[in-house]
Amino acid sequence: MARNSRQRRPAGARSARTSVGDRLTAWRQHHRDSLRDALGRMARAPTAALMTVLVIAIALALPAGLAVLMDNARAITKGWDGQAHLSVFLKLDTAEDRQRALAREWDGFDTVARTEVITRGQALEEFKTLSGFGDVLEALPDNPLPPLIVVYPKDVAPGQVEALQRRLDNLPEVDNAQLDVAWVRRLHAIIELGDRMISVLTLGLALAVVLVVVNTVRLAIESRREEIVVIKIVGGTDGFVRRPFLYSGFCVGFAGGVLALILISLALWWLGGPIDELLRLYESEHSLTGMDPSTVLVLPLFSGTLGLLGAWLAVSRHLGDIEPQF
Amino acid sequence: MIKFDRVGKRYPNGKDALRQISFELPAGQLTFLTGHSGAGKSTLLKLIMMIERPTQGQVFVEGQNLTGVGSRHIPFLRRKIGMVHQNHQLLFDRSVFDNVALPLVIAGFARADIGKRVRAALDKVGLLDKEKLNPIMLSGGEQQRIGIARAVVNKPPLLLADEPTGNLDPALSAEIMDLFHDFARVGVAVLIATHDLSLIARYRHRLLTLREGRLIHDGEEGVSQRDQDLALYARPREDRRGP
Repeated sequence: MARNSRQRRPAGARSARTSVGDRLTAWRQHHRDSLRDALGRMARAPTAALMTVLVIAIALALPAGLAVLMDNARAITKGWDGQAHLSVFLKLDTAEDRQRALAREWDGFDTVARTEVITRGQALEEFKTLSGFGDVLEALPDNPLPPLIVVYPKDVAPGQVEALQRRLDNLPEVDNAQLDVAWVRRLHAIIELGDRMISVLTLGLALAVVLVVVNTVRLAIESRREEIVVIKIVGGTDGFVRRPFLYSGFCVGFAGGVLALILISLALWWLGGPIDELLRLYESEHSLTGMDPSTVLVLPLFSGTLGLLGAWLAVSRHLGDIEPQF
Repeated sequence: MIKFDRVGKRYPNGKDALRQISFELPAGQLTFLTGHSGAGKSTLLKLIMMIERPTQGQVFVEGQNLTGVGSRHIPFLRRKIGMVHQNHQLLFDRSVFDNVALPLVIAGFARADIGKRVRAALDKVGLLDKEKLNPIMLSGGEQQRIGIARAVVNKPPLLLADEPTGNLDPALSAEIMDLFHDFARVGVAVLIATHDLSLIARYRHRLLTLREGRLIHDGEEGVSQRDQDLALYARPREDRRGP
């Protein structure tokens, strides 16, 4: 426009011009209007909007809710690794003196933090009190329990512990060195696998959210075809045409994210009682924790971004098809 | 204001919609564009609006060669052109005021300014008291006048009208034509594409006649020449139905 203003037009109508400041104000105004328009359209067709929002919410609540459960599982099992120890059972005929000597000797190993001696007598006492089968044991001629040295390694890294286990296992007095953390390891592996599966699930369902929004916006574009034609005729830029659709995509996504948070909270509240009960049975002090604040903040924004992406895809694919005709 | 320099348009299907079209529209002139269906009227308007691009020759609007205008700048070109449609192209989900205000909102006018300009345009077409109504509540003639108000609200130097009197009776057509005359008087170049022979006959304006993509008549020459052209154009009566 500026370029042409330099050329003198022959006498005639002077087309109206706008200042940069006016245009900036108008641009902000159009952003506000587009947002209000997007919300207004959702409010005027609440059922359709709610359906879309609900689909998005469910798609997001699934992986996000599972992630919360996984976080809890990780928190519960975190302390368990610290207690990793080897139960080293000695041959039955090892004398108590020899047992203590061995424990002192192993204490000197670089890789050992400390040892704990459990003599055959102590083991028997412990077994009696814990199992309630004391009478049965008394019926036996001999104490069947072997002497035990519990070894706490300094470094619980997987390779280190196994190396220590092999070293102790090869000693002549040792009957069997048992690693008590194997099942914890397996659990961790399962949690790790769960995390990966949640990632895959999140990716797939995020794609689903984008496609839902693409479809919704495509229908919206179709129903506002006339308006788009008119806007193009009177000189609306692609940005101007695109803006309301981008806002509605973002709003639908954002609302879906918020609803997902509500669904997750409801599910946690519903599951909270039984899970805490279960944890109490396992003598865990952990109780079910909800979503961390960052999730509460990030989920709606993430979801809004997915909506924006979907709207953008739909608009850039379908807007070019709509051109004024005479 | 508009200049066509040996413009040709061939569509991908091989059909030549326009061939070797050259003419110039100065500011402040009202010009009729006529020709039977398929003669190339729509294509000509599309080239000015940059809905289509010519395959030959060059189109100039306000001295600007449209060949070099990238697609991102098309909206800014269109803001210099007011377009009036036969079917009005009004939006029935908003008031008369908002319909007329649309070009100003798009061009980024300040709120207060928009109000002033919209009311001035509505006053011009005599619908100032209808600004709050939905256009669907108005008559065909009134709707057409809203379309005109929208086309001129940002004072474009060029006004295109596609069958503006198509659905109107002679009295209403005359009212619409009076408006166009007023705009031409203040320096707007007005191009009216029409089938309406009686309209063309009633006013002595420059007439461009298209036939099979060629410009076969251009001028205000003697009535005999005009009548000859009109007869030529009128012969295939079955083609005279609107698009």
